[in-house]
This record gives sequence, C-alpha cells and structure tokens, in this order.
Amino acid sequence: MLQAPEITPEMVEKDKVYQEMGLTDKEYDMIKNIMGRRPNFTEIGIFSVMWSEHCSYKTSKPLLKKFPTEGPQVVQGPGEGAGVVDIGDGQGVVFKVESHNHPSAVEPYQGAATGVGGIIRDVFSMGARPIASLNSLRFGNLNTGRVKYLFDEVVHGISGYGNCVGVPTVGGEVQFDDSYEGNPLVNAMCVGLIDTKDIQKGIAAGEGNTIMYVGSKTGRDGIHGATFASEDLSEDSESKRSNVQVGDPFMEKLLIEACLEVIQSDALVGIQDMGAAGLTSSASEMASKAGMGMEMNLDLIPQREQNMTAYEMMLSESQERMLLCVKKGEEQEIIDIFKKYNLEAVAVGQVTEDKMFRLLHKGEVVADIPVDNLAEDAPIFHKESKVPAYYEEYQKMADYVPNVDNHTETLKQLLQQPTIASKEYVYDQYDSMVQANTVFSPGSDAAVVRVRGYDKAIAMTTDCNSRYIYLDPEVGGQIAVAEAARNIISSGAKPLALTDGLNFGNPDKPENFWQMEKSVEGMSAASLKLNTPVISGNVSLYNESNGQAIYPTPVVGMVGLHESLDHITPSQFQQEGDTIYVIGETAPEFGGSELQNVLEGKYFGKAPVLDLDVEVNRQGQLLQAIRDGLVSSAHDLAEGGLGVAVAESLFANKGLGADIKVNGDVTAALFSETQSRFLVSVPEAKREAFEKVVEDAQAIGIVTNTSKLVVNSEQEQVINEDIESLQQLWKGAIPCLLKSKA
Amino acid sequence: MKFAVVVFPGSNCDRDMYYAAKDALGEEADLIWYKEANLDGYDAILIPGGFSYGDYLRSGAIASTSDIVTQLKQQAEKGVPILGVCNGFQILLESGLLPGAMLRNQNLKFMCHFEELVVENNQTIFTSEYEQEEIVSIPIAHNEGNYYCDDETRAKLEENNQIVFTYKTNPNGSVSDIAGIINEKGNVLGMMPHPERAVEALLSSDDGLKLFQSMLVNWREKHVAGA
Repeated sequence: MLQAPEITPEMVEKDKVYQEMGLTDKEYDMIKNIMGRRPNFTEIGIFSVMWSEHCSYKTSKPLLKKFPTEGPQVVQGPGEGAGVVDIGDGQGVVFKVESHNHPSAVEPYQGAATGVGGIIRDVFSMGARPIASLNSLRFGNLNTGRVKYLFDEVVHGISGYGNCVGVPTVGGEVQFDDSYEGNPLVNAMCVGLIDTKDIQKGIAAGEGNTIMYVGSKTGRDGIHGATFASEDLSEDSESKRSNVQVGDPFMEKLLIEACLEVIQSDALVGIQDMGAAGLTSSASEMASKAGMGMEMNLDLIPQREQNMTAYEMMLSESQERMLLCVKKGEEQEIIDIFKKYNLEAVAVGQVTEDKMFRLLHKGEVVADIPVDNLAEDAPIFHKESKVPAYYEEYQKMADYVPNVDNHTETLKQLLQQPTIASKEYVYDQYDSMVQANTVFSPGSDAAVVRVRGYDKAIAMTTDCNSRYIYLDPEVGGQIAVAEAARNIISSGAKPLALTDGLNFGNPDKPENFWQMEKSVEGMSAASLKLNTPVISGNVSLYNESNGQAIYPTPVVGMVGLHESLDHITPSQFQQEGDTIYVIGETAPEFGGSELQNVLEGKYFGKAPVLDLDVEVNRQGQLLQAIRDGLVSSAHDLAEGGLGVAVAESLFANKGLGADIKVNGDVTAALFSETQSRFLVSVPEAKREAFEKVVEDAQAIGIVTNTSKLVVNSEQEQVINEDIESLQQLWKGAIPCLLKSKA
Repeated sequence: MKFAVVVFPGSNCDRDMYYAAKDALGEEADLIWYKEANLDGYDAILIPGGFSYGDYLRSGAIASTSDIVTQLKQQAEKGVPILGVCNGFQILLESGLLPGAMLRNQNLKFMCHFEELVVENNQTIFTSEYEQEEIVSIPIAHNEGNYYCDDETRAKLEENNQIVFTYKTNPNGSVSDIAGIINEKGNVLGMMPHPERAVEALLSSDDGLKLFQSMLVNWREKHVAGA
C-alpha cells in the first residue's frame, strides 16, 4: 500500500505515481494546470477517483447525451442519486440501476451485497422509502466449479443483504454465457416511493452550514474501488480483494429509518450517500452542485482503524455512510434523530463560499482543490469506433435455417437451457414479500408491487438479451427496451421510464466502442418511440477478463404504472375454455435464438427484425384490451419463442393444459424469436370485443383441463406431453447443473 | 382492541404487522420503538419478523436481552396474548418464553415462498376461527427456521397440545414438522410463517387473517361481555 507522507509532489510527478491510480500523463498535466502547482499525493488520489470512468463517465458521456431524458412524467432526470417519475396523487417513483461487476468477480458475496446496499442508499438519499429491489445477473455457463461458486455466492450476497434491510427482491433476470466466465455481471436496481414534495437533493448550500457525517466508521476497505472498476480484470485482480468493501445491512436498515425521519426536518439542507469514491465524491459533488466550496477537518471523521492517512480516508469506500448538509445552529435536532437509532451524527466541516475543496488533517491543509474542476471537469474522450469484422460477416450470412425432427424433444431441451429454465433456485433465497405489497413476485414477466392505500400498483422489470446486441447492437438495443416495455404491458401497466445499466468491454478497443455507440443509439430510438425516457443509469466498462470482452450488455430496468389494481394481469393461463391468441405475425428468425444455441452451440447471423411502429401499436392495443377487462393472461414471446411461452403459461395453475394448432413451418411457429409478439388468453365471452381492439391477434387454440400440452400442425400431431414432466425439466435444470461434477 | 407492535432495531416486518392489525382486521395498533416502550394497557402484543440487531451473534439473541423483554415477560405472566412471528418467534425462544431453539434451515439457505400449514390445535385464542386440521397457505421467509428441541420437550409439547401449526411438507428440517408452538398457559404463540403477509387475496392468500380474527373474537368474548 502506498503511504502518503513518504511521497512528495515531486515524486508524484517524477515517478508517475498517478499512473498507478489510473491517470494518464495528459490528465496529470491538466490537473497540474488546474492547481497551478504540483498536486500532492492526497490531491492526486482525489482526482484519480473523481476522474475515473466510474465517477466521471469520461468515455461514455458523449454517448449518454443521446438518450432522451424528458417527458411530462419525469420529475427528476439523470444527475441526482436516482431519477423520479410521477405516478399521480402527489407521489413519485424513484429508481436506478447500478453495477457491481468487478468486486463481484473477486469477492462475490460482498461484491453483490454491497451492490444492493449502494443502490438502496441512492434511493433513500433522495428521500424515498425503498419498496423493491431487482437485479440482472450474468455468469459463465454453469459447468466449472469457479462459475458455480460465483453464481451461488452472488445470489447468497444479494439474499444476505437484501433480506436483512427489509426491501423485497421482487424480480430480475439471470443469464449464462461463456463470455461472462471471468467477468460476471451484477447489476442491482432499487425502486422507491416518495411524496414528491419530499424529494431531497445532494447539495451543500448556504455558507457556514454544517457538514455532518453519519453511519459506519471509515476504514481502509474499498480504497480505489472506483478505479478498480475502471480497468480490465486480469490474473492479478485477485490481489484486489482488499479493494472490495464489506457490507453491514443492519447499519443500512438503521440508516434508512433514521434518514427517512431526518428528511422531514427543516434543519436538513442536503443529503447524499457515500458511494463510489466515498467521502471524496459525496463531499465534492454536494459542494459543486450548490455552487459552493467545502472545508472538512479529517480529524473529526469517525475512523475504524488507527493512523489512517488523509489519502486513505478520502478514498475509502467503507459502506453505509451518509453525508448531510445541515443548517448552522440546528445540528442538535439532527443528532437527536440519529441518536434514537443508536447512530452518531458528527459535524466534520462547513460550507464555504470560495468554491474550494479544502481538507485539514492534524493541523495542516492536506488538500486544496478547485471543486468545480474536480467534480465536473474530467476530460471527455471521444473514442475511436470501428465496425467489427464479425458483424460484417454476420450481416452477409444467409438466414440460418434450423433442422428440427422432434419438436417435443427440442422443447424439452429449450426448457432446460439455463437462460430459460426456472430461476426458483435463485429467487427462493430472496425475501420477495416483506413490506406486504408484492402482488407478483419473481417468475412473472414483470414484478408488481401495489401502492398501499391507493387503487394503483407499480410494475417493474429488468431485461437485456445480449445475444441480439452482440449480433447487432443497434437493433439489439432497440429490442432490449421494447422487450422490457412488453413485460410491463403484459402485466397490465403503462411503461413510464427506464434506467440503464450499460455493461461493456474495454472502450479503448474501437470495436467495443462501436458496440456501445450503436446499442445506445438503438436504445435511444426505442425509448423515444415508446415514451420511456432514461431517467438514471450506470456505466460499467472494462468488463473483460484476460483480454476477452463480455457480450455488450446494456441492461434495461423499466418501471410502469397500473392505473387500477383491476388491470393487474398474470402471465400464466387462468381458466379452462379461454381462447389462446398470438398477437403478431411469426417469421422464421433464428439468429441469436436459443434454438440456434441448442443446435449449434453458438450464436451467429442476423438479430431478429424490429419495427418500432408496429411495436408501439401492438403494445397500445394490448394495454387497451387489458384495461377493458378482456384478457385473462398475457405473456411476451421471448427466448425460445411460442413453444416455451405456452409451456411457461401452464406451470402456475395445476390441471390446466393447452390444445394448439400451428400453421406453416412448425419449427418457425414454435421456436422462432420474431419480435413484438404476445401470447394471451381470453374468455370465450370476450373474444369478439378483444378481436376488435387488437388487430393482429390470431386464435391458435384453447386452454384445456387435461394437464397436457398438445400441438398439432396442419399434417400431424407434433407435441403431446404432460405438463408435469415439462415442468420437472424446467424446474430441475439449474439445481441439476449445480450438482453435476464440473 | 388495541395491539402493540414492538419494533427492535432491525425489525422489518413491523409495519406489515401493524397494517394487518389496523387495516385488514380494522382494530387499533401502535408501533412501539423498543426504547420507549410501555406495554401496559395493550390487549395484545405482536413481535414482528426481521433481523433484530442484524441477527448478529444468533437470531433474536441480542434483542432477548433488552429491557423491553422484561416487560414482555411481565405481560406474558399477566396473560396478555403475545404473538411472535419469524424473528419474533426466535426472540421468544431466546428469552425463554417458549421452549426450544432455531437451527439453520437444513439446506443452509434462506427460503421464501408460500407453504401449506396444518392447523394442529384450533383450541387456542390464536386459532379458534380455523377448523381443526385445516390446511392454510401462509408464506415463510427465513434462514434459521429449523425448530429444534430435545425429546423430552417434544413429548411435553405433544402431550399438552402445544404444537399449533405444522408444515404439510417440511421445508427446513424442523422437529415434528413444527411451524408454530404455544406456551402451556396458552397466551404466547411463536411461529415461523408470516400470517401478516397473508391477509389479502390480492397478495395471493388471506389465510392468515383468521389468526388475527381469532385474537379479536377471544378478546371480545373476554372483555365485551354481553356484546
């Protein structure tokens, strides 16, 4: 570990100590220029974390500007701890997704746990009560001991932290592909509910006001976490285990309750959590956003370990810490509220007018930095972009035509693909019901949480089919947004807005940057068309292990509103005699499909086509039909196509079966992954009304009471299978893989 | 009827319990922070689930040493109905108000889902509205719900009809499939499943409501003579 006192400003420059912290020569020169002198070791450390990709978005900023961020429903767009959308009655929903990929790759339990803790703090620091958590996870295939360990411990970490803080984990997605083997993805999303009048900002305004610190003491954990997150994983990443923070969910629970009480106090001016880059980012951002400066005395920072240097305190990412700006003279009111929860709020500094970020330690000024330059002037890089050779090759390929002899066997294989198979093993470990508002828990298209005391509910989902994005980032990006919206619509809610978790490889490689650029363009186009602006998000780059990038994985976390509890619609068939419809034409599209992976062991060719006008139209019509009370169940057609969707629709209500007739090519009808399609069931008496509202619906069969899935083509019976046996395979696939010897 | 919901640092089902009493049952309820508690004057006391003191040391162990547990014991002695759910059950065990202890679930994992329970004893103030042997659907959410006691205690529990709920299919390894037990006197019930999460059909089941209704009916019989 580098020790501050031994390293002079001259040595920082001469020995290029800043390079070890992730800064380039050019950036060092910029900093020297800003300071008008050589920065000392503490100062350069502070710059290095604030100017890391994780905190400054210096690489992704030019792309993020492309996202539509406005709409009448948007109360707070990107820039604060989390975004806020209006849900009527003076209420708002606050949400954001955040990645914790690199910590989870080296220390999966704590990496995942602190990811959950961090995003929950982002939400309650806005003044909102966290009402739900979701996640989006990616792992290598479950055939090595290491991947199984990462998978089990990440889930365990989410469960250990999330369950204890009392925020239900209501949904998420887990997918598996070799590209994530050394670099799993752990994206956590939190959703909060707020009276919009209570929205807080992370600002340190008013000269002389007091800066207060509350929560866990500062230790040496997580030092340089933000920098660690901004470089490739490699063989020696294991040595960075000490960069991973350790979480204390009990402390977090106390902080939630205390902070939600504190926001009701007039003494509070601003509040922000200490996330990535800890004290450095929270303090400097709060001052900069208010157009002020700040002076802090580090002797007053509660410390867990002895002899901590200024550098260590400023760069620590110890968890469960909050920074508050409190009106001068009214500190006692805040202290008393925290005391009730056995927490100590400590005055550590004050707001100044000179726009400097000044730190004192043991009687000396150890840092004195122009705060706006620190918080806002990180250089912006316009990276080189290049079309990858694989993409050009895939675009030239003839359409992939799968060869399926036995559709029953193929359906069984698909149901056992880990990406499709039941994730019950995972979500059973999450408390999905605490707070007693969960209407649909994990396993539904979208999770649904009702708003207590009102005739409305919130739908939420995370989604990203990274195979399509790999094949065609632009179309794949559109599909990711459209599919998330389909999940929300299927549940009977109107999509409101989204948060993006952009996970990509090293942006210095032009092919990777091209993937970023195109997928952001695709997502932007779809967000605009579907009227789901991007209100918050996170960027995680350098997701590579040993030189190999992950599939581009821009996760979409979307939230929607049920305007009445009556609109809440399950994704599974409900009653015998209902007519089964598919909404949307089916084309033979197998590029990037699960069937392609089953048959060929890889994904290639063209991604499915998406027409955003058709998408918008169909989503609107289905939502109308649901609101008119015409639909018993609705499910979007996704991985594995119609065959998988029908089977999944039969796994909830025992005794039901389905009798289906498919026309044309049976393989395409059952397993194509053509976009913009839904599977719905409609009561006999409502058929006529339904067909009037939804134009592209074709009746394909009926829900039976036979506990069997029967599929006939124009010529013959192609499937006749007990639901029970299909369900066993679907349910058992992941536990079975985990038990098998690597 | 007036319920007290005791809130420990780290309790997280406190408000769920409060709403079950207040909204679903329609009676009065107060959330009481453990430091400020005066439990006198309440008709029943609810100890909610969660992770009191982070479940550090052992589930419920630290909470069981707090001052409020002394009051809880006095109220139990007086015959006030006390219901402890999940972490609340663990606290009742740790404080000796109920016999036995909790081990980690047999599969060593947290589990959260609906379970079918069998009402083994409907002759209690908490279960009188259920049929004997009725099967009810109530969710569990725990990591340490594997109830353990020695053979002698188990024999006694069986003899006195103190086993109130059992699991139809044992999820966690509990002795005799035990999901909930009552004290000899019949006024302290501890159970791992969460009846407060099953009081509305919208949230998949309202089978837990009868438990609260039983408490109300029995309170009325005792206090509102002639009503």
